[in-house]
Amino acid sequence: MSLPPPPLLDLYRVMLLARRLDERAWVLHRQGKIAFHISGIGQEAAQVGAAFALERGKDWFAPYYRDLALMLALGLTPLEFVLGLMGKQGEPSSGARQMPSHWSLRRANVVSHSSPVATQAPHAAGIGLAIKLRGDGAVVLTTIGEGSTSQGEWYEAVNWAATHKLPVIFMVENNVYAISVRQDLQMAVEHVAEKAAGLGLPGVIVDGLDPVEVYRVVGEAAARARRGDGPTVIEAKVSRMTPHSSDDDDRSYRPRDEVEAMKARDPLVLFHQRLLADRALTEAQDAGLQDEVKGVIEAAVAEAESAPYPAADEASHPVYVEDVRHG
Amino acid sequence: MAEITLIEGLRQAMDEELARDERVFIVGEDVGPRGGVFRATLGLFDKYGPKRVIDSPLAELSIIGVGIGAALYGLRPICEIQFADFIHPAFNQIVNEAAKLCYRSNGEWTVPMVIRAPYGGGIGGGLYHSQSLEAFFTHVPGLKVVIPSNPHDAKGLLKSAVRDPNPVLFLEPKKGYRLIRGEVPEGGDLLVPIGPARVSRSGADVSVFAYGMMHHYCLQAAEAVAADGIQAEVIDLRTLLPIDKAAILASVRKTGKALIVHEDNLTGGYGAEIAALLANDAFTDLDAPVRRLAGPDVPAVPFSHPMQDWFMPNTEKIAAAIRDLAAY
Repeated sequence: MSLPPPPLLDLYRVMLLARRLDERAWVLHRQGKIAFHISGIGQEAAQVGAAFALERGKDWFAPYYRDLALMLALGLTPLEFVLGLMGKQGEPSSGARQMPSHWSLRRANVVSHSSPVATQAPHAAGIGLAIKLRGDGAVVLTTIGEGSTSQGEWYEAVNWAATHKLPVIFMVENNVYAISVRQDLQMAVEHVAEKAAGLGLPGVIVDGLDPVEVYRVVGEAAARARRGDGPTVIEAKVSRMTPHSSDDDDRSYRPRDEVEAMKARDPLVLFHQRLLADRALTEAQDAGLQDEVKGVIEAAVAEAESAPYPAADEASHPVYVEDVRHG
Repeated sequence: MAEITLIEGLRQAMDEELARDERVFIVGEDVGPRGGVFRATLGLFDKYGPKRVIDSPLAELSIIGVGIGAALYGLRPICEIQFADFIHPAFNQIVNEAAKLCYRSNGEWTVPMVIRAPYGGGIGGGLYHSQSLEAFFTHVPGLKVVIPSNPHDAKGLLKSAVRDPNPVLFLEPKKGYRLIRGEVPEGGDLLVPIGPARVSRSGADVSVFAYGMMHHYCLQAAEAVAADGIQAEVIDLRTLLPIDKAAILASVRKTGKALIVHEDNLTGGYGAEIAALLANDAFTDLDAPVRRLAGPDVPAVPFSHPMQDWFMPNTEKIAAAIRDLAAY
């Protein structure tokens, strides 16, 4: 089964929305309107390419905290994201219990994740096991940073999935840094994908700055999983164009020329230029998209700012399923 | 009524739940053709096949983590940890994931999962096949912690645990697997609710609180002190989390004296929670200090028999503690 051609303008629109929304979050932080932001700037192409290669509504997702673009592609609204940034009522991932960017969206088959890294990887293997036991033909995508592949949880999950030939895609968004620690202090291999060889499954390297390439590679991994041939590790080489989070300052550990070189290969700019060169996008269309995205974000911020906080006693539940109150 | 062993009660529970609900499956080390190292799952692989009884890789954290994922998808895993002592690699998955998923997703995601783990000493297992570690987990809101003491409850509580929508840690007194026998109704659908404790022997002089293997010894000790005219009331707590405060308070309001027995070590153990409850809610009912008889504060149970015996609470030590408290 071959994948249809990628919907280029849809990919571009979500990348653009994610970028502008992420930038707006940094501004909100500088304005003192939010306490924390963890950014996905530079990783949008990989996330959007992966999301569009899968069957949204059928396939499952166990993401990690940098996946704003992935989440927007799966249907998270900008308002829902900003409500999360502000810890406001109506935030869908956790009812504002978790920090921002700790995703969960039941309506899109996105399972909740925590802050200890790699914990979502065995969940993805378990979802893959359930899919296989039920014969549902779905696929689960789990994402992670390269530093978190140092965790035993990631190895155990990949080993499980490979051993039982589970329909799981382990996509590593390799941005080279785990907060301040470079990849060469995380692993002895040059590419994360090489780890797959020792666990008995394919490891594929893809240019994570190119959404079309990621779309193709994830589509192939999904087809392989649906055939019953098991999981794939995909290493998407991406850029972390910001500090780790709003609480980090990367100047102590990151050479400025490296940052400048990275910004010269901004995946959003590269894709924009390519679409224009290929005449897949006109300047007029682009201007329209930019205006639309700006309007959506401003409306989301305004609505979130006026939204109420949760009542304090919301904190008392639901500890057990018996306590769940859905209004 | 047929008399069966505690482990037969567990096996019957799993057999019946596998037959009842196609979402239920068992996963763990050696649970397949081998039937588990204790034979808890004996025959279930042949009966239900490799999609319902799954031999996992030898990796505890992912037995739990994979179970969580399957539960999120809508299945009902029964995860077996071969010995409770080996559960620690999965601590993060149990405490940070399974127990918190309902709360952290505001009820959008739930984890209907049972974690079975044989616990306890007195079996020559040394430090790493003897541990009692309930206190780590009774500190965790979002989990339920259950410990049966007899075949009837082992069967009825495990069936309830499989049907519970929350993660349930089901700790099994492995020394009692074949030692403790009891009558269990044949057929029907035996369900013992998670939550309520049970007065297993009525008495007016001293309340003795225990669970699992220690409950077995407490009943023997109560019988022994009855010869001295001491009427000990024995309460089998059965569910440690959530705690059955009403049953604990009701007994102490009657007797005025409380002894808590567990083989987990003393400091920070489950008995401290009961003692605190009694100090707060039954202060004026007490006629004596609340006493705890527990394992000593050493890292775990030693292997060599004299040292193991030194560690383990037993019928004689419990009887002595009851006599001492009755005389206060």
